[in-house]
Amino acid sequence: MATVTDAPPLAPTPAPKERPPRKRGRLTPYWLLLPGILWLVVFFALPMVYQASTSVQTGSLEDGYQVTWHFATYWDAVADYWPQFLRSIAYAGTATILCLLLGYPLAYLIAFRAGRWRNLILILVIAPFFTSFLIRTLAWKTILADSGPVVGVLNTLHVLDVTSWLGATAGDRVLATPLAVVCGLTYNFLPFMILPLYTSLERIDGRLHEAAGDLYARPFTTFRKVTFPLSMPGVVSGTLLTFIPASGDYVNADLLGSTDTRMVGNVIQTQFLRILDYPTAAALSFILMAGILAIVTLYIRKSGTEDLV
Amino acid sequence: MGLLRWFKRRLVVIAGLLTLGYLLLPNIVVTVFSFNNPKGRFNYEWQQFSTDAWTDPCGVADLCGSLSLSLQIAAWATLGATVLGTMIAFALVRYRFRARGAVNSLIFLPMAMPEVVMAASLLTLFLNLGAQLGFWTILIAHIMFCLSFVVTAVKARVMSMDPRLEQAAQDLYAGPVQTFLRVTLPIAAPGIAAGALLAFALSFDDFIITNFNAGSTVTFPMFVWGSAQRGTPVQINVIGTAMFLVAVLFVLAGMVISNRRNRQKA
Repeated sequence: MATVTDAPPLAPTPAPKERPPRKRGRLTPYWLLLPGILWLVVFFALPMVYQASTSVQTGSLEDGYQVTWHFATYWDAVADYWPQFLRSIAYAGTATILCLLLGYPLAYLIAFRAGRWRNLILILVIAPFFTSFLIRTLAWKTILADSGPVVGVLNTLHVLDVTSWLGATAGDRVLATPLAVVCGLTYNFLPFMILPLYTSLERIDGRLHEAAGDLYARPFTTFRKVTFPLSMPGVVSGTLLTFIPASGDYVNADLLGSTDTRMVGNVIQTQFLRILDYPTAAALSFILMAGILAIVTLYIRKSGTEDLV
Repeated sequence: MGLLRWFKRRLVVIAGLLTLGYLLLPNIVVTVFSFNNPKGRFNYEWQQFSTDAWTDPCGVADLCGSLSLSLQIAAWATLGATVLGTMIAFALVRYRFRARGAVNSLIFLPMAMPEVVMAASLLTLFLNLGAQLGFWTILIAHIMFCLSFVVTAVKARVMSMDPRLEQAAQDLYAGPVQTFLRVTLPIAAPGIAAGALLAFALSFDDFIITNFNAGSTVTFPMFVWGSAQRGTPVQINVIGTAMFLVAVLFVLAGMVISNRRNRQKA
């Protein structure tokens, strides 16, 4: 408080609008940006250029690679791996829809019904982030084990007959089937759906619900006409935050799936780290990126939300 | 009919709690199986109760080494990403300059890109430069992907700040440095802390980008990944449980402190 008492008597302060613009170096924003942006350019943008060039190279690991504008790598990659691409989109899409269906009630509960439990529930949603997601994914092996309770219950209810007929499971097993992979993906990316949903639901003025009730809207009508439309920004960013990482994931397919459930991520990982076929791997990851960008752009246009994150 | 109505009225709460159960189920399994005494190499089936793993968490070769390496990387990555990200956030909120749109997209893109794409492209850069894969390449990668998240977190906080508070400080003859240290920084602190916490969690838990750029260096997630093939020691569950508890306690403590402060102010 010393600064206040030491200060000379205050001159009448001018109204805020008349205040002359503070003198600030014109270059200040650039100095603030420089280190971080340089980091992103060198370690994010530049690598993309390197990868683009790698994808059109030919050669071998021993003799070295040359840029030969060999675009055929792209065609070969699509021809060889289109099932994995389709599978990635199908799994990630299903997981995203499940995340929305499962996440919405919980986000709604935290935003409107939790009362003094709100912070505790929020902590319980975030805290699993700090337990390695690999350990938690491995735990699903125990939960979905052949002799475990989940398989037992599903079998008794004859659910597995239906899912096997649909191709989601195989016989009496859940592990090493698409169902297990989708379950793992849903689980792993669920918090990325809940948090944006909660943020956008929390912003909704509770009086709007009362107004809808006063106008004789039934609870479900209120939800359909008021709550859900107002939560659209959260729905859009939540689905993107779930779908994008899920479509590139290879951990769930590897730990919970089998060779029949391989996704693009698995192929890219194998090509890059085991087979060391860099051009094919680079082409595959570019196709994945382009595909996702296309889907995301289309989706954002359709849902009409521009302000993301 | 009473039961049905009761159920209908609480449908959202029940569905929400079921989802919460789904989220926490693996954590419960991890905790329970940290007290298991498995017979084979894998800790997927319950055998018998034992506290051996808790009394000897470092009893497995390389486990605690990988854990301390991950903590070090996460600490440095948090520091780097938080400093760089806070600077960018301030520049974006406080100044109008030409390349703003381009900077915003460059910040947004890493968050909108599948990790495997970033991981693979970064590896091609390192391979082309002939860089030695290990601690430094992991750290570089982690700072890179944590940066955007820090910027987003800090930006949200700085944007909601009342600029008149800083003007008031300057009216009271505080210099630019004094204003920044005593007014701006304390107000922005919760945003910076949230960004740092997020960076730490992301870096500590990252597997995909590390998998590509670690070479033969083994971080904790890499150790877990390897053990899924070779055999999973119970100690992994002990560390997973401990991390969950530490995280919950930290956040609870933070909330108690901020509650008390708010009450004192009131």
